[in-house]
Amino acid sequence: MKVVLQHLTKKFPSRSKKGEEVVAVSDFTFEIPDGKLIGLLGPSGCGKSTTLNLICGLEAPTSGHIFFGEDNVTRLPPENRGVGLVFQNYALYPHLTVRQNILFPLQNLKGSEKLSKQVMLEKAEEAARLVQIEKLMDRKPSELSGGQQQRVAIARALVKMPRVLLLDEPLSNLDARLRLQTREEIRRIQRETGITTIFVTHDQEEAMSISDLIVVMKEGVVHQIGKPQEVYDEPCNLFVAKFLGTPPINVFSGEVRGGVLYIGEDGVLNVKGVSDRKVYVGVRPEGFVLEAAGPLSCALQAVEVMGRDRSVVSTHPAAVSEAIRAIIPSEEEIGIGSDSVRFALKPAKVHLFDAASEERIPFEV
Amino acid sequence: MMKKNWKAWLYLLPAIAFLGVFMVYPLVDVFVYSFEEGYNSASQTFWGTGLYNYSYVLHDPYFLQAVKNTFILVIITVPVSTGLALLISVGLNSIKPLRELYQTVFFLPYVTNTLAVGLVFMILFKKTAYSDGMINLLINFFGGQSVDFIEGPYWAKMLVMCIYTVWVVMPFKILILTSALASVPQSYYNAAKIDGTSKWRTFTRITLPMISPMIFYLVITGFIGAFKAYSDEVAIFGTNLNAAGMNTIVGYVYDMLYGDSGGYPSYASAAALILFAIVLTITVINLMISRKNVQY
Repeated sequence: MKVVLQHLTKKFPSRSKKGEEVVAVSDFTFEIPDGKLIGLLGPSGCGKSTTLNLICGLEAPTSGHIFFGEDNVTRLPPENRGVGLVFQNYALYPHLTVRQNILFPLQNLKGSEKLSKQVMLEKAEEAARLVQIEKLMDRKPSELSGGQQQRVAIARALVKMPRVLLLDEPLSNLDARLRLQTREEIRRIQRETGITTIFVTHDQEEAMSISDLIVVMKEGVVHQIGKPQEVYDEPCNLFVAKFLGTPPINVFSGEVRGGVLYIGEDGVLNVKGVSDRKVYVGVRPEGFVLEAAGPLSCALQAVEVMGRDRSVVSTHPAAVSEAIRAIIPSEEEIGIGSDSVRFALKPAKVHLFDAASEERIPFEV
Repeated sequence: MMKKNWKAWLYLLPAIAFLGVFMVYPLVDVFVYSFEEGYNSASQTFWGTGLYNYSYVLHDPYFLQAVKNTFILVIITVPVSTGLALLISVGLNSIKPLRELYQTVFFLPYVTNTLAVGLVFMILFKKTAYSDGMINLLINFFGGQSVDFIEGPYWAKMLVMCIYTVWVVMPFKILILTSALASVPQSYYNAAKIDGTSKWRTFTRITLPMISPMIFYLVITGFIGAFKAYSDEVAIFGTNLNAAGMNTIVGYVYDMLYGDSGGYPSYASAAALILFAIVLTITVINLMISRKNVQY
């Protein structure tokens, strides 16, 4: 089922009488293709959870429309939309067993949709098998680990075979190791069921790793939509570039003069087709190459060994970010002086942004 | 570890001393009195020991009347007051405007003096030389016959007593239940909404189980409180409850000690221990039921 959002806007009235209303989501237009896994990504307060609530019907939009396939569901109550929602805290009913929790949505069906007990139990078993909790069916939620509770919540959301599955911060309550495992699990379940799935997260790594498409939001406005690698490689503005990637992108203030990019007084890169102006220069940590005669000279602070690679921390007077972090593969020989280090830059890992609008400026090498 | 123990006991000493003198000793005393026949507190004498006191109390028509009254009160007022309180709390929880005002109004009986409330009930129910009372005026208005609620038939008196008790005990229950309802996380309701759960099913399958520990707490304390009813009866029917036929077990104990026919600490003790046995039994049953039903 494809999900179409048209000019979706949600404004909340201000708490005080004088204050302005808060725009949680502003003019969100996007068509989510059928059967894809979409990550809504942004810092907290960016309107991603509100978007999720609008799609599932817990909130009504101020303006705009939502379509599931060809159905306009904008005015439909949540129960008639055919959505499954996994809550951030799972919201498993503590007094019911796992089986009863999964059965709960089925038992709500009325009239012609009503199922026999046998069919309901079979469906619950099927959902449980899908998330691999069939051995835990008679336990209470309090007797489960966080990851198991998460699976039960997903099973409960899936048991009615919703048209759209929504996950609100699905991994935020899990520890780091379980998070890795569970995100693969979500990916697998989504692939197996083929249900269009939208999940909300503030963790860019999580979103990048499993999404077909990611939507980067900030303050209610959608900044960029695209495949994770595309958004990472071609961020549309400085915010998106800064938000994606760990360690984060290194930002310098620089200037383009006569087709050459200058950081401070170092001419570091030829940039064709860019008129002379002040720019922000974003360099991904992996975009630095150690070279004895490299054009960019930085004051060395520390070298952190991380096993697979080394992280070279240095400073530069023109840097906006406090420290510059370069990731260098461990096997590379580095001739690092005691107090300074010189880098060359990989052009594909360098992004230019207009100093005033912070929009990305494309350039040719 | 052992060395430091004496310190702990030292800290506990004041509390233990007070409890011992004012709780444990009297309790033991009551137990002893109840088996001492013809105990006289002035001369500190008695003529024998045995179960005679219990036998006397259990054959005393006044006591049997008191037991009957108490049981009727308990059986009617505890479920009715808890049910009404639940209804009102759910109502309060689902309205937004004026919620605080209503909460205050419903809580007023809790802070009002028993005797003042008794006075209000007099105005509502008591026949005087000038009027038959508010309720009778209403009954007359709808073409009914006046009923003497205070000195009339037993059912009328019991009705007034039950209404009064329910009205007095409800505020506390409303207070507890509204806070219990407010503490049910919204996400459960959102989850239920998305699954298309009907309002009634949401209430019976989610709300009620979630607040059931509080409901059981209220039922258990409600039972205990209702079994100890006495002052409310005095507020409406005066101190001579036996004459009004509205005595309660605690009232009987009091009468046996200090009433006009009083001065029998042995009978009073026996009656008190019978009450204790009743309350203990009911509470144990309650707890067993709640253990079965509240488990998460």
